[in-house]
Amino acid sequence: MTAVTADRAQPATGAAGARIGVVTFPGTLDDRDAARAVRLAGATPVPLWHADADLQGVDAVVLPGGFSYGDYLRAGAISRFAPVMDVLVDAARGGLPVLGICNGFQVLCEAHLLPGAMIKNDHRTFICREQVLTVENIDTVWTRDYQAGEQITIPLKNQDGQYVADPHVLDELEAEGRVVFRYAGWNPNGSRRDIAGITNAAGNVVGLMPHPEHAVESGFGPDGARGPRTGTDGLRFFTSVISTLVG
Amino acid sequence: MGRVVVDVMPKPEILDPQGKAVAAALPRLGFTGFTGVRQGKRFELEVDGDVTEEVLEAARRAAETLLSNPVIEDVIRVADAQDRA
Repeated sequence: MTAVTADRAQPATGAAGARIGVVTFPGTLDDRDAARAVRLAGATPVPLWHADADLQGVDAVVLPGGFSYGDYLRAGAISRFAPVMDVLVDAARGGLPVLGICNGFQVLCEAHLLPGAMIKNDHRTFICREQVLTVENIDTVWTRDYQAGEQITIPLKNQDGQYVADPHVLDELEAEGRVVFRYAGWNPNGSRRDIAGITNAAGNVVGLMPHPEHAVESGFGPDGARGPRTGTDGLRFFTSVISTLVG
Repeated sequence: MGRVVVDVMPKPEILDPQGKAVAAALPRLGFTGFTGVRQGKRFELEVDGDVTEEVLEAARRAAETLLSNPVIEDVIRVADAQDRA
């Protein structure tokens, strides 16, 4: 299908100098997809290994999805103490852009870079669907290429996706505009206040349960306005951080 | 060899999907008298030698930092396994 080929996301020019790390823990599943998304957005993906306390001088880091350590103990609870996380937590507090997707979001919560925690979906089953989100904060380094209030569609697939936090923490997140994404139309897992993703106060650390890295290339993503599998709404996560880095 | 028992439970205000699933299964086996189920975790930490106060203190710190997440769970008990049969 030439239409799909012609529509394929082309790497942006001028951003090839940006190096974005993608961490692999034992049980990580989506590291290759995340690296591919980085490449399609125009930057260079750099594999980072959980056991190495070394970020290799990258300009940003993606913690991808999967089931690190089999979700044993709690999702993200063991990964949070991996050697790479020691240096990552310090770097994130110093302003390094960090994106946690699904299991990566769970790791960021366990590492206390983001508040709250994830528990099992309220309906107790694994869920996999194309999910509509409302983008509520476009001031983070990972969302500046979106428009406030824009609705995007990206895949959602998880078992422990129910975001919970104390009411006063939720109030604080709302008051400070730190709810970055909210589930639109239907809450797929019982998350408090329909929250799908949040940011830290500085806007450099963002976590969300749905998967932008699976919606970056026409022909392989969710259904879009132009036809089946044409959705590429996730790509702008990666172009956002690249434009921040090279801008 | 000594053994420390750590019990962790989901906070009362947090929905416990696993407990709900068990609660729904019980009546199917004829256990109709149980009105609720909550499912927690029990850890057994083994040490060489006796369970001293230092060992218990280390177990309490482990319970608060790794074995539980205070956002969603409470540490119910940290005790020498021999203290209760």
